[in-house]
Amino acid sequence: MELVVKWLPYILAGISVGGQFALIAIGYTMVYGILRLINFAHGDMFMIAGLIMVYMATALPLWMSVILVLIITVVLGCTIERVAYRPLRQAPRMSIMISAIGVSYFLQNMALYVTGGLTRTYPTIEWLQKNITIMGASTKMVTLITPVLTIVLVIALVLLIKRTKIGMAMRAVSRDFETSALMGIDINKVITVTFIIGSFLAAVGSILYFSNYTGIMPTSGSMPGLKAFVAAVFGGIGSIPGAVVGAFVIGICENIIKGLGLTTFSDAFTFVLLIVILMVKPTGLFGEKNIDKV
Amino acid sequence: MLTIKELHVHYGGIHALRGINLEVADGQIISLIGANGAGKSTTLKSIMGLVNKTSGTIEWNGKDITNLATRHVVKEGIVLCPEGRRVFPDLTVEENLRIGAYLRNDKEGIQKDKEWVYELFPRMKEREWQLAGTLSGGEQQMLAVGRALMSKPKLLMLDEPSLGLAPLVIKDIFAIIKQIKEAGVNVLLIEQNAKAALEISDYAYVMETGIITMSGKGKDLMNDERVKKAYLGE
Repeated sequence: MELVVKWLPYILAGISVGGQFALIAIGYTMVYGILRLINFAHGDMFMIAGLIMVYMATALPLWMSVILVLIITVVLGCTIERVAYRPLRQAPRMSIMISAIGVSYFLQNMALYVTGGLTRTYPTIEWLQKNITIMGASTKMVTLITPVLTIVLVIALVLLIKRTKIGMAMRAVSRDFETSALMGIDINKVITVTFIIGSFLAAVGSILYFSNYTGIMPTSGSMPGLKAFVAAVFGGIGSIPGAVVGAFVIGICENIIKGLGLTTFSDAFTFVLLIVILMVKPTGLFGEKNIDKV
Repeated sequence: MLTIKELHVHYGGIHALRGINLEVADGQIISLIGANGAGKSTTLKSIMGLVNKTSGTIEWNGKDITNLATRHVVKEGIVLCPEGRRVFPDLTVEENLRIGAYLRNDKEGIQKDKEWVYELFPRMKEREWQLAGTLSGGEQQMLAVGRALMSKPKLLMLDEPSLGLAPLVIKDIFAIIKQIKEAGVNVLLIEQNAKAALEISDYAYVMETGIITMSGKGKDLMNDERVKKAYLGE
């Protein structure tokens, strides 16, 4: 019992952070699945979603700000695809990757310009900050809500992909652009839907994540973005369940390491994990098996 | 109904099609034969809007479709069953058929066509819930043809349907192509297996390095000395 009391808060925190990473990681993995592109701007989108919340909340009621954050982030995600990636559809893959890095720096610097480099205070969403007690461990509502919301969203997403027409088109496009076009599928529409989903989940993740912290800076998206990317690689990039499992593993492990009193090493763990997985199983836990029949 | 006039296509520095003229009339199987790299696939891809054309026109029932996007060409009733099958390996057989009907919204019609495809290829019915990637080469070819038919085409274009298949399977496929024509679908067929293609064709074109060098009724070409020597190995 004593053990439970000591470790439960860390595990809860781990699950919660894991859920937040998962919401970002899905965006990485879905875009990769379809475009074979690591969308380096994704972590910065997550940060921008946070800043939008900061500025919205100064003028508008919180519920309205939340809705607007979701909408604006989705619009921003699609705009980035439209402006920075779509014109390069026929270009070598390296070009579109470099464009993604460019967008990442652009977003960070735009945030730097707007905030003046100062840390902005993230608005407090009372309901998420409410203290609750689970099995004797005291924690905030957000810790409990995050994993539940994550799981619900992931199930909805998996159903969308498995059961709907657009989901079937997404699976087809991720495999073969040309043949998908021959079926009459509008490739650009499918890609736009992918970015809508990825940006939406990143915006949800951003609200949950920054609610745990007081401040937000232009570089606040880098670390969670990077960790979510590692989660996606760990799970097998291109695989949605893989990204989710990877994110939870990283979140929980990091917090257990913190619980052991090794807080300094918790970030290092994630990156050691990346190196190990790339050496031992580069395709990740649920990576694509390439069964190509000639 | 399909008329191609003076079609030119460049791939980078290569002049792949040098003024193609071709016609597909109603109720016929037309075949396009020729060696590797003659430009047969390029011709079909041009019709589908998959490659950029330098000049020339493609008309379909009097409508200019030269610069239509691929999905609009499909909407017009033209479909291409690509070389190498290209079924979606991690979709089931049934999903592959359903995705062939992507632009259609008539549920009942789709169901009816699915049953027709299962009738043409009973093997597909047996494997309905299997992933397409687990099918044999011949089965994948049947699925690819079935998938193309699901768009309810008025013109079905087949790119090398016999490629890499066993002779018995090839016989099946060609028999089914005839059945498809009898069901009222026009067929434009590309083949390296010239003999099999000419046997079932109403009219055929011979292509060499980007131009059409000969054309005529399937039976006439089969008896042509030059065709015999170059493509029939006699």
